[in-house]
Amino acid sequence: MSTATIGSPSDRSARSPTIAGSASNRADHVKFLIFAAAVLTMPIWLSPVGAAYPDLVQKFAIYGIFAIGFNILFGLTGYLSFGHAAFLGVGSYAAVWSFKLLTMNIVPAMLFGVLAGGVFALLIGYVSLRRSGIYFSILTLAFAQMSYNLAYSVLTPITNGETGLQLAHGDPRVLDGPAGAGLPSTNLFGVETVGYSGFYVCAVALILAYYLALRITRSPFGMTLRAIKSNQNRMNYTGFNTRPYTLAAFVISGMYAGLAGSLMAVVDPLAGAERMQWTASGEVVLMTILGGSGTLLGPVLGAGIIKYFENIFSAFNDQVLSRMFDFLPAGLGDLMVDLVQPFVGDGWHLTLGVLFMLIVIFLPGGVMEGVSRVAGRLRRVRSDRTG
Amino acid sequence: MAILDVRDVCKDFGGLRALNRVNLTIREGAVHAIIGPNGAGKSTLLNCFVGRLTPDTGTVTFNGKSLLGIRPHEINQAGVARVFQTPEIFADLSLVENVTIPALAKRDGGFRMDLWSRVDTHADVRDHAEAVLEDVGLADKRHAHAGSLSRGDKRRLELAMCLVQDPKLLLLDEPTAGMSRADTNATIDLLQRIGERGITKIVIEHDMTVVFTLAHTISVMAQGTMIAEGTPEEIKSNPKVQEAYLGGAHP
Ligand SMILES: Nc1ncnc2c1ncn2[C@@H]1O[C@H](COP(=O)(O)OP(=O)(O)O)[C@@H](O)[C@H]1O
Ligand SMILES: [Mg+2]
Repeated sequence: MSTATIGSPSDRSARSPTIAGSASNRADHVKFLIFAAAVLTMPIWLSPVGAAYPDLVQKFAIYGIFAIGFNILFGLTGYLSFGHAAFLGVGSYAAVWSFKLLTMNIVPAMLFGVLAGGVFALLIGYVSLRRSGIYFSILTLAFAQMSYNLAYSVLTPITNGETGLQLAHGDPRVLDGPAGAGLPSTNLFGVETVGYSGFYVCAVALILAYYLALRITRSPFGMTLRAIKSNQNRMNYTGFNTRPYTLAAFVISGMYAGLAGSLMAVVDPLAGAERMQWTASGEVVLMTILGGSGTLLGPVLGAGIIKYFENIFSAFNDQVLSRMFDFLPAGLGDLMVDLVQPFVGDGWHLTLGVLFMLIVIFLPGGVMEGVSRVAGRLRRVRSDRTG
Repeated sequence: MAILDVRDVCKDFGGLRALNRVNLTIREGAVHAIIGPNGAGKSTLLNCFVGRLTPDTGTVTFNGKSLLGIRPHEINQAGVARVFQTPEIFADLSLVENVTIPALAKRDGGFRMDLWSRVDTHADVRDHAEAVLEDVGLADKRHAHAGSLSRGDKRRLELAMCLVQDPKLLLLDEPTAGMSRADTNATIDLLQRIGERGITKIVIEHDMTVVFTLAHTISVMAQGTMIAEGTPEEIKSNPKVQEAYLGGAHP
């Protein structure tokens, strides 16, 4: 009955019972502390790979939150949504409206983002969850595309159409004092949240988001979701009313997306409909599967990997390429440029596609499966030596 | 007293009449076997008890309440548990989790939103689950993946998942199919032991040893119709039954 075959742990059946199901309280807390430390120190340990600048680490944190939430629906419950970017977009709009009408303080903006994502997910989830499998996926995709199109047409008064929703001098901002000369920047009770302080806001949000996902995974609710993914039919004959469980999972993941969307507005206070496009919905699916669906850390890793490579590969253009292959004889250099060119710049999605295919074929459990395979081999080597 | 009462139930699949005016009364505390050749409609009848199918006509009453139009999880919460003909378990989960989940449903009802506490701190359900696994002889495999079990063990696990709920009525659809002789005997022992707790059971079974050992009453079905009912002795000597079933389709 599982709706998600990609990344399902069937081929790991011989090993640990469930990736997310066991582990002691203590081990969980140690892992959580390591995770929190790693997130907060990203600007340090990412500098050797040239990724330690605010714009990029902010993205890692924001998309990490988006993917963690998506995984609660897809990885735990087994429902593959192709429309989660809609909640991301709604979160952004809600946050920008909070900036325009109420205050540049980010706390209300984030609360409204989460709330808007949750309410919107409740509506879409209520209808989409009447079906499962591919029909569910198609329904979510259709709703998200509808939202995207509405944002450009009927809803222009709310979304400001193609221009996108932005701050303006005439905004009321009723809770803030009179505006200065320029446009104000976002702040956390007076502390501006631009650059690295913006990153630390996102980082703390990511850490809290991870902790909540950890609690959910280990809770009776989380175990129920995993059982629904494994055999929904059995759940019904076991006395569970599965619909409210799946709807709750859907709404929670919508709230995560709304939070991520509001953080996008926190670090850059504007919102556009392109955030709701199906490509953005597809991206979070790729992140989750690439990192390892159903695991806690995998989605965050997947988000980081994709955003990192997007950053590198999309920066290449013809000039950069010809400089790279300078050292080769002229004809050969041009040939290399022609060969590589389709995979970089705007063509980076081609690289992403190849990367994704390789992962799904060779590591169906994503990067996390690779990690546990390596860890397993190391353990075996060590026990061979001692035993 | 009747715990389950079935009156004039009919069910058609397209042109095929799978159930034809079936009547059945199950006494509280009884072990009632339903036998009959493949395709007789036995599983279809059970489907009408758990909300998987709705009969075209007729009534199904459990403890004085109609089961028609009630959803499967509500029927389970009312006290009806079922072991399916092909085991329905949570293949991706460990054995303990497989049994903990039904225990949670029994304790917390059809929906409860507890997303903060750790499952392993719910000692009551955990201990109960472990005890039932011990009962069915799967304790040593409790941390294994349910999907990795043999067919016989999967059936035993599914039985544990039902027993942990302490149901009023237990439906067993061919509980020993695919089991070795030894496993079948172990299952008979187990069912006899739980029989002492007074759970009413309906058993569909091809293995006549199982049927004649366990059942107080036997109903015989053929082509969607109940053709006989009686004690094991009466059924053994019934010529209609021998023709339809014992002598014919089955060795
Ligand atoms: N869902 C269904 N759709 C169509 N035909 C069905 C369905 N379920 C059972 N049948 C048919 O009904 C008849 C009775 O099946 P079943 O109850 O499974 O028999 P038994 O369990 O006694 O072997 C068979 O002919 C079977 O093919
Ligand atoms: Mg059958």
